[in-house]
Amino acid sequence: MFWQLAISGMALGCVYALIALGFVLIFKATEVINFAQGEFMMLGAFVAFSLLNYGHLPFWMSVVLTLLIMAGFGAVLDRVVMRHLVGEPVFAMVMFTIGLSIFLRSVAGMIWSTDTYTLALPFGNDIVRIGSVALSRGDLLVVGATTLLVALLFLFFRFTDLGIAMQATSQNQFATYLMGINVERVFSITWALSALVAAVAGILLAPILFLHKDMGFIGLKAFPAAVLGGFGSVPGAIVGGLIIGVSENLAGGFLPLWVKDIFAYIVLIAVLIIRPEGIFGIEEKKKV
Amino acid sequence: MRFKLKKTYMEDIKLFPYKTDMVWYGLLLMLLVFFPLVAGHYWTYNLTLAGIYCIVALGLNILTGYTGQISLGHAAFFAVGAYSVGYLTTILGWSYWIALPLAGFSAAASGLVVAVPALRLSGLYLAIATMGFGFIMEQVIVQWKSVTGGANGLLINRPSVGSWSLSSDSEYYYLVVLMVAVFVLLTKNLTRSPTGRAFVAVRDSEVAAQTMGIPLARVKVQAFAVSAFYTGIAGGLFAPLINFIGPDNFSIVESINFIVMIIVGGLGSIHGSIFGAVFITLLSEFIRVSKDLIPAFLREQVGFQTAVYGLVLMLFILFEPTGIYGRWLKLKYLVQVFPLYRKDTFRRVRRFQRSERTR
Amino acid sequence: MALLEVRGLYKQFGGLKALAGVEFDVEEGQAHAVIGPNGAGKSTLFNCINGICRADRGSIRFKGKDIAGLAPHKIPKIGIARTFQNVELFRNATVLNNILLGRYMHKRTSLLSESLFLPSVKKQELEARRKVEEVMDFLDLQAYRDRMVAELPFGIQKSVELARALALEPELLLLDEPSSGLNPEETQDLCFWIEDIKEELGITILLVEHDMRVVTDVAERATALDFGAVIADGTTEEVQRNPEVIRAFLGEED
Repeated sequence: MFWQLAISGMALGCVYALIALGFVLIFKATEVINFAQGEFMMLGAFVAFSLLNYGHLPFWMSVVLTLLIMAGFGAVLDRVVMRHLVGEPVFAMVMFTIGLSIFLRSVAGMIWSTDTYTLALPFGNDIVRIGSVALSRGDLLVVGATTLLVALLFLFFRFTDLGIAMQATSQNQFATYLMGINVERVFSITWALSALVAAVAGILLAPILFLHKDMGFIGLKAFPAAVLGGFGSVPGAIVGGLIIGVSENLAGGFLPLWVKDIFAYIVLIAVLIIRPEGIFGIEEKKKV
Repeated sequence: MRFKLKKTYMEDIKLFPYKTDMVWYGLLLMLLVFFPLVAGHYWTYNLTLAGIYCIVALGLNILTGYTGQISLGHAAFFAVGAYSVGYLTTILGWSYWIALPLAGFSAAASGLVVAVPALRLSGLYLAIATMGFGFIMEQVIVQWKSVTGGANGLLINRPSVGSWSLSSDSEYYYLVVLMVAVFVLLTKNLTRSPTGRAFVAVRDSEVAAQTMGIPLARVKVQAFAVSAFYTGIAGGLFAPLINFIGPDNFSIVESINFIVMIIVGGLGSIHGSIFGAVFITLLSEFIRVSKDLIPAFLREQVGFQTAVYGLVLMLFILFEPTGIYGRWLKLKYLVQVFPLYRKDTFRRVRRFQRSERTR
Repeated sequence: MALLEVRGLYKQFGGLKALAGVEFDVEEGQAHAVIGPNGAGKSTLFNCINGICRADRGSIRFKGKDIAGLAPHKIPKIGIARTFQNVELFRNATVLNNILLGRYMHKRTSLLSESLFLPSVKKQELEARRKVEEVMDFLDLQAYRDRMVAELPFGIQKSVELARALALEPELLLLDEPSSGLNPEETQDLCFWIEDIKEELGITILLVEHDMRVVTDVAERATALDFGAVIADGTTEEVQRNPEVIRAFLGEED
């Protein structure tokens, strides 16, 4: 049973990882803390749903179009709004993005009403067996898609000019300016990329969790994941997300069911007490 | 320009440095006293609710506005206060007047529980940790059925003083207004005391505060305990007001609501707490009143009010981070120095340092 | 017994040796300067005395008692105050409140009595205010009493920082580059104030300083640091004429 729970927890863990990843990308580049990341995911899922069911577009076209739309949304959001938040104190940023999440959630409610929808992926629901563990095709798809996406991102950051520029921006904005890189454009691209990753997470999550305007709340679990992995660390976000997903599932299996809901937060508080830097993070101190 | 020649230190410290202020506050007090006699039940109820939130806002502002410790889980303390009163009066049958102070103290105790691990955290980490604490407390409420009634909730009756019942809306209103006045006074005293100044010191520079001999741990714990106490008492007043409490009343939405109140009202000020609490509580009314300006199809949508709420929060942070009180002060200044007002007097200077994160 | 005795102080940050066996004495009633090129370990030395960072080895004795391990907020209680090179004021408070915070340590009232503003609190507030006004008179800060610290010019901010330290009523005052950022007039005022603090208030002064005129003007004794080690220690003239010191500051002659 242990392995069953552990492996099937990976799927949800991948979703957490993707949300945390999007969140950390923005944080590293712009030092903006985006509490609305879950809502980006929700919007991505709904856009895909609308294209599929109302636009009657074929599946893959809907997905690609959704990714483009969400990337555009992220970029526009940055240019119009987020840009003005750079340099503001942490508290202001946190509350602003919380306000954004509230706003997006209620607008989604106005557009798509408060009903629950299903988004069907065109891969059957058959069960695949590996040893004594049973996995649905959907779970495998999630893990596969996440692995692919992470690999692509790794290559992107390592080998493309833009990727390296983004890394530079996240380490030292001022120096990057001096290198002649248009930092503001990098910001927009970071937001676009982050929204795109969130949209992928939304599409992958929809079959597991169903579409509802409140599905973004799951995005709040990205925080324990990011903190566990080490705030500001991209591999940390992924590792953190996976650990949270797996351990949450295990907790649900071996402990009373209600613990599962808050398990991520218990882990969070434990990490903050024992080792606030997380797994991959570095401790920062103010120099006097 | 108001000018007062002060000849003693006490004139600087006392509650009303300007005599005219006493007149204005006296008028306000009279308005508040006569309010339920002219307004209906609906408005009296709403203003009572606003008053309870004023106490929460005062408490939260002490922690977040003055001491700079972000708390995204304050609904947990609110819940502790409400359920303490609920458990002690409804289940154990104790008198409300014993239950209420106990509600405050048990909330303060839970404040201590949060404060100790929070000592090492700051900024974003503290925000996330308190948010997690809020979620955990929500589950505790649902699971601890013997005390809280679980998901089914708890029924609470309005109290009485001897043979005088406070069950009508207007009678309860007076109790709450009295409590708000008491807590405003306590907060004002705190701000002009060494501990109040120490709170601000801890917010502005922990290193310097320590160098001044201010024990960081003790001061932060005090801030948490005081803030939780206020919120607990407010929770204890909240329960009989709405007569029935359930876990839904104390979710993260409520915690966020509290923060929105102090941001919109004005961080780190007593006026701000009051303005913010009243404004947010009556926001739905404001929307209703201005409905003619909003096209019908928008107004009728479910979730429109919440959208406005989110928008209000975002706009305040972008354009008026000092809140309503900040704007009020700027307007007062404008009036006082007219026509010598300079447009850029209050221009914000952006700082692009990383030091905020490494504080 | 000297007021402050530093013995064998070592502090390493990763591979960097900030302090490598620092030893010197500060005599009571004197002004003692610590000089040295940038990176010599002067601020680290202060941070260790202050309690902000903890030395790896060595002892710091103040009035005979070892203070090397004390928590930073206990240091002012035993009589040591400190100013910072880049002012660490409480930016969102008034000058008055900043200096009043120097009196927190002396308070005897509890949180509860303060909330109720009992007569004991009132008496303490008035007493604290009196003391703070004395300090403000001393440093000519009365005009800035109710101004927010964030809007003041840098030179005034430095005075407020100094006033805040004086409000603690210390026996030893650590000044971290007090003249940095000040124009010649302000620097002159600073020298007068340091003299006054020494003579009228009887406070011992240990200062880190780059400006040699200030050092010559106010300090009787000096210690020179280079790469975390003491290269000269004695009266100010001796140290300034020391060839090692000149080499450290100005480099070798080819």
